[in-house]
Amino acid sequence: MTRRILALLATTFLPLHAHAVEYSQVQSAQSAIRFTYQQMGVAVDGHFQRFSSQLSFDPARPTAAKANFTIDLASIDTGAPEGDEAVAGKPWFHTQAFPTARFVSGPIKALGNHRYEISGQLTLKGKTQEIVIPTTFTPQGRDGVFDGQVTIRRADFAVGEGSWAKFDLVANDVLIKFRITASSK
Amino acid sequence: MSEHYTPPAKILHWLMAALLLALLILGVYMHDLPLSPDKLRLYAWHKWAGVSAFLLLLVRLGWRVGHRPPPLPCSLSRHMRFAAHAGHLALYGLMLAIPLSGWLMSSAKGFQTVWFGVLPIPDLLDKNKAIGDLLQTVHWGLNLLFVLILLGHIGAALKHHFIDRDDILSRMLPRRPEN
Repeated sequence: MTRRILALLATTFLPLHAHAVEYSQVQSAQSAIRFTYQQMGVAVDGHFQRFSSQLSFDPARPTAAKANFTIDLASIDTGAPEGDEAVAGKPWFHTQAFPTARFVSGPIKALGNHRYEISGQLTLKGKTQEIVIPTTFTPQGRDGVFDGQVTIRRADFAVGEGSWAKFDLVANDVLIKFRITASSK
Repeated sequence: MSEHYTPPAKILHWLMAALLLALLILGVYMHDLPLSPDKLRLYAWHKWAGVSAFLLLLVRLGWRVGHRPPPLPCSLSRHMRFAAHAGHLALYGLMLAIPLSGWLMSSAKGFQTVWFGVLPIPDLLDKNKAIGDLLQTVHWGLNLLFVLILLGHIGAALKHHFIDRDDILSRMLPRRPEN
């Protein structure tokens, strides 16, 4: 009896592990890149409406995973039209010269329990910084959901120059939060 | 000797008069500024002053409940009495509604009001652009109405003082030392 149950379990579950499940098709409708910062002590949220990505993630082989993102900076929604217009300008993103922000993943460390640390290079306004993004991965049927957040300093990327350079109005820290839903092929 | 408003009622009236005038001017001025650190600062000050005006109004209403204003002169016709009461009621109503509309607009636009950068006023509405724009129109419209009634209020006070030569204005002014 026990042997039959084991055999049944084996036939039920083994195939799932035998096939590598690679999550690579990003579902943009269920994905979002948001940000939060402090403006005069008030938390203000925004998000980017357009980004493209190349993703390949196999939970069985996380170290081989890749995640590259290109964010269309002009697609920013700061919550105010004049804010969207202003951040496109030279003191902020200077989108004419630097239309996109790019993240290219490097080594990925598995911490266990669906938690990972994704290291990579973030390039924004011509400046590149190494960042480490703590991320969780949640399988949901055929899909997998990646949730992560990382705090970057806008001054590291010369975002907000001139009269905006001081942090008394717009804080230096910007929290980037993302939820990426990807399905396996 | 004519009957005056109580000193706290006078202080609250003139304090709010100065504050609301500053708020009106600031509100019109800051709206058209290009986005700059100064603009953000002015918006924050406007919100802080607006919350302060709302709280002052609550104090004022509390005082008003316990202290009736001096009666209107007998010379006033029934229609004029009605107009005076309706005008004051409208001013009170707008002084309540305008800061509320500003607060709700801030919430809907996603910029929470934090009184003097310290005390967060809870957001009653979620961020919603359409509602934010609607509330901006409402805030503007209520202020326009407020300015119109305010002009009537000031005009009436001046007319009573200089043409009718009664004590309507002077009973809200500091009491002159008696001879």
